Amino acid sequence: MHNFAYIRPTTLRDAAAQLGKEHGKVMLLAGGTDLLGEMKDDLRVPEKLVAIRQLRELQGIRPGRGGLRIGAATLLSDIAESAPVREQAPLLAMAAETVGTPQIRNMATIGGNLCQRPRCWYYRNNYPCFKHGGSVCYSVTGENEYHAILEGGPSYIVHPSDTAPALVALGATVRISTGGRERGVPIEKFFVGPRQDPARENILQPNEILTEIEVPSAPAGSKAVYVKEMVREVWDFALCSVAAMVTTSGGIVGDARIVLGGVAPFPYRALKAEAVLKGRRLDEAAAAAAGAAAVDGARPLSKNAYKVPLTQAVVTRALLSLA
Amino acid sequence: MATVTLTLNGDVRTASVPPETTLLRLLREEFGLTGSKLGCDVGDCGACTVIVDGKSVNSCLMLAVQADGRDVVTIEGLATMSRLHPLQQLFEDKGSLQCGFCGPGVIMSAKALLDENPDPSEQEIRDALAGNLCRCTGYSKMIEAIQAVARDGRGEPAKSAV
Ligand SMILES: Cc1cc2nc3c(=O)[nH]c(=O)nc-3n(C[C@@H](O)[C@@H](O)[C@H](O)COP(=O)(O)OP(=O)(O)OC[C@H]3O[C@@H](n4cnc5c(N)ncnc54)[C@H](O)[C@@H]3O)c2cc1C
Ligand code: SF4
Ligand code: FES
Ligand code: FES
Repeated sequence: MHNFAYIRPTTLRDAAAQLGKEHGKVMLLAGGTDLLGEMKDDLRVPEKLVAIRQLRELQGIRPGRGGLRIGAATLLSDIAESAPVREQAPLLAMAAETVGTPQIRNMATIGGNLCQRPRCWYYRNNYPCFKHGGSVCYSVTGENEYHAILEGGPSYIVHPSDTAPALVALGATVRISTGGRERGVPIEKFFVGPRQDPARENILQPNEILTEIEVPSAPAGSKAVYVKEMVREVWDFALCSVAAMVTTSGGIVGDARIVLGGVAPFPYRALKAEAVLKGRRLDEAAAAAAGAAAVDGARPLSKNAYKVPLTQAVVTRALLSLA
Repeated sequence: MATVTLTLNGDVRTASVPPETTLLRLLREEFGLTGSKLGCDVGDCGACTVIVDGKSVNSCLMLAVQADGRDVVTIEGLATMSRLHPLQQLFEDKGSLQCGFCGPGVIMSAKALLDENPDPSEQEIRDALAGNLCRCTGYSKMIEAIQAVARDGRGEPAKSAV
């Protein structure tokens, strides 16, 4: 790792005052489980790291308007074990529980989980692709078995976060602080696709800090599940995952939120699958139809066509578990 | 250079290191505690597992400066001069390890588990070890050893545990 200056501010205001206008020069360090890996491989060579894990303003799980407010520096292990989260937003607890290993969850923050960079091996091996400011994607003609089948191009990364699909399904809002002013952004608008900006995955500017995530309580009568498919049985990033939340009344689906991870450059809301379910009874036929609708429009690359039937099956299975 | 002061296996220790030093390097190179192993250096293998403020972490993915002011327990903090920690003793008795490289990390993960949950199920033990790779054994003798320690109610915290 290269040398850098390390700053540990005691207030959010002091942390914000350290930040500049250029990406990658002064960087925020939360748990460090993603950033330190990038720095060891020289993908990032910041001059200064500003530690935020200890900031009081970014800690904890508190009751909020119609739900919970979770500080961006809250650990994933604390979220997975939190009684209020398990009660009010079990989908988020389930997703947090699947991240990495116990050791990683004891270090990793939820803010870092949403801001982590892609795992594409070309990116991680410092190939000069779109994500490094270049103008080519090596995955298109290369090793693309773990890449996007939906919404890809010009970069074909998949978004690696497990908590992101859950938070999109729950309709969360992220709060962002810019030099002392705060604003709320619906989490779906927080993530950006490669057509909007091929080099980045979210709207954060270098002088902005994600401070809090507002998570509305799951609606009455709703059931939810997070299913993650991996190459191995224990920890890994998702080959594909689905966060599904279905609200029924009198046996009929009133609302459905189906969000896919691991298959698109951002958490992908399968709107067609949601539409298929609404107004129907959630039975085998409905789950299968929604599974098919979820991958409608998929355009696999040369080596990842397997992800299409896999995703379809995972969505179908997830929905059936809620029936 | 940055100054780091931490409680290490019960004693307050201070060192001055470049900020890019990981906690693992601080332990091994500054304090000479080579029980925690450097395997992958990226969070995959768990050979570097130590307990910080009661929780298992990968010391290769934490900066030494991030451990400033915190309580760190390593494998060296478990045994006394005259007696092994029950986990070490049972791993020995049951022949739970072969080459042993993964051992310190596995034992620290097991200790973090038992400190929080003195009577874990087999699945809970497996979940707690999910971040510790062993290339030699099939994990089953480790799990037996951990279950035996739990049954004896001997997973007592080390002297420095909070
Ligand atoms: C072995 C291993 C396995 C993993 N498995 C998974 C997995 O299964 N699922 C998964 O989702 N992830 C996985 N990860 C990725 C993991 O690093 C993240 O899940 C973790 O949550 C990142 O959080 P952190 O606090 O460590 O972030 P850091 O590494 O500290 O930061 C990550 C990035 O986010 C930025 N950042 C952090 N906090 C903020 C903030 N509040 N505001 C603005 N920017 C911020 C940092 O500047 C940095 O660029 C794994 C990582 C490892 C090493
Ligand atoms: S998928 Fe994205 S990160 Fe990977 S090589 Fe293509 S542009 Fe780079
Ligand atoms: S050396 Fe730290 S996890 Fe492998
Ligand atoms: S005993 Fe050799 S790696 Fe586990």
